[in-house]
Amino acid sequence: MTIIVPSGTGNVYAGSGTIQHPSWSPYDENGGTCVAVSGNDYCVVASSNRLSTGFSILTRDESKIIKMSHKCVIATANCQADRKTLQKTLQTRHIMYMHNHGKPMSVAAMAQLVSNTLYYKRFFPYYTYNLVCGLDEEGKGAVYTYDPVGSYERTGYSCEGTGKDLIQPVLDNQLKASSPLVLPAENWMTALPMDDAVDLVKDAFVSAGERDIYTGDVVELLIITKDGVRTEHLDLKKD
Amino acid sequence: MLARPPSHSPALGPGCAGPPLAEASSVSIQYPAQPTAQVPTCGAASFLVDHNAVNAPGRDPSQHTQMPYVTGSSVLALTFKDGVMLASDTLGSYGSTKRYKSFERIRKVNDRTVLGASGELSDFQYIMNLLDELTTDDFCEDDGGMLSPREIWSYLCRVLYNRRNKQDPLWNSLVIGGIEHGKPFLGTVGMIGTHYTDDHIATGFGNMLARPLFREKHSPDMSEADAEALIHEALKVCYYRDKQSINKFQLAKITEAGVSVSEPFALPTRWDYKHFENPSANAVGTW
Repeated sequence: MTIIVPSGTGNVYAGSGTIQHPSWSPYDENGGTCVAVSGNDYCVVASSNRLSTGFSILTRDESKIIKMSHKCVIATANCQADRKTLQKTLQTRHIMYMHNHGKPMSVAAMAQLVSNTLYYKRFFPYYTYNLVCGLDEEGKGAVYTYDPVGSYERTGYSCEGTGKDLIQPVLDNQLKASSPLVLPAENWMTALPMDDAVDLVKDAFVSAGERDIYTGDVVELLIITKDGVRTEHLDLKKD
Repeated sequence: MLARPPSHSPALGPGCAGPPLAEASSVSIQYPAQPTAQVPTCGAASFLVDHNAVNAPGRDPSQHTQMPYVTGSSVLALTFKDGVMLASDTLGSYGSTKRYKSFERIRKVNDRTVLGASGELSDFQYIMNLLDELTTDDFCEDDGGMLSPREIWSYLCRVLYNRRNKQDPLWNSLVIGGIEHGKPFLGTVGMIGTHYTDDHIATGFGNMLARPLFREKHSPDMSEADAEALIHEALKVCYYRDKQSINKFQLAKITEAGVSVSEPFALPTRWDYKHFENPSANAVGTW
């Protein structure tokens, strides 16, 4: 999805009668890639920790993943200012939810909350691509994938961010997802064992780091099982 | 306490002066835009502003910042064993004109925090006013408490992000350095609210010129003398290669002992390097 923002010069705003030259954009593309793969009893979430703007690297170690509970995390790519605001808002609402209900949100509830939070800013969107990941009520892996204005669906695996074009086809190929067009619907959950899924995600990031200038430095992997969330780090090239 | 116009409207968010309520009450609809009393913080006599006159038809609408006017160049900063160091030159450029040559772009916020700014300098002065209000409030509490560097950084992140949301950005890249629980803190925030912490930070051209040096030579446990030598070297490189800079710098240090912002100083420079004498020799195709 492309968001059209005023940029460059010579934009004529209808009705204003004057020509304005806005020379700044409220959005920035800060790059980075997020990947999530879910299996029968696990969910692997990974993101690169590089923060860039244009051709410059701002910092090499900034996590894109926020841990909401021991069963749910959110990974967010693109505009960093919006990501931080969105994640802060979601965390606040999650804490309020826990005070009110005495338990953490289910992944499905969090998925709906993220959608509503994004759609609330439909006409000045958070320019973020989100993945809500975790274990559902039955203990199965869940990945919800979004566009910046809050449309979402549950999938077996997903990829967002600057490395999407490189990684998503590999996931499609390796995880052999049945097409959503096949009827009756087939199970889209990957049958891959967890360790293989972790290796696949690591391989995907190493490959993306080779060709995508915005993916590099460090990959943070969160592996969600019924025992909780385990974190791993994988070093990528710093070039 | 003296009455003062609120800089933080609950309706409009941090960094925006305005009404306390987002919703128009029936009273404000019935009696719109009465002249309001303004109480200058400087102590000058209060006066009335007539909104009908300000918003009179035919008058140009108020405009948001489209372009910066007086700007500052890079701010460099790094952590060292017992604190944080910030440095910048003292130039305020008006386009390509060296307009203000003694503009202090690094200021003390409180006894453990320093703020450095590049970008639009009037916006920086406005931001300092906001921080001074907070510091004054802390002082009036008279309990010795003050905002930590991280709190000031978080606050400025929200101010800049809120103003970007209003399509009226504060055109700055800010660097916040300080010490917190005995540990150095170094953070930055840009005009659209992009923010991060790191062991070394440089805004603007400094991100291209100084940070490669920092990445090569910086370590978090380096001594103060080493850190100062490194930042001097980086300042010099920025001065050699950044047109919008002058050889007049300020260096701030924040340690457990407190905050010090140096008097302006110059660095020794050399312009008789071989590569400077004939710059096109190694760049075939230029003149």
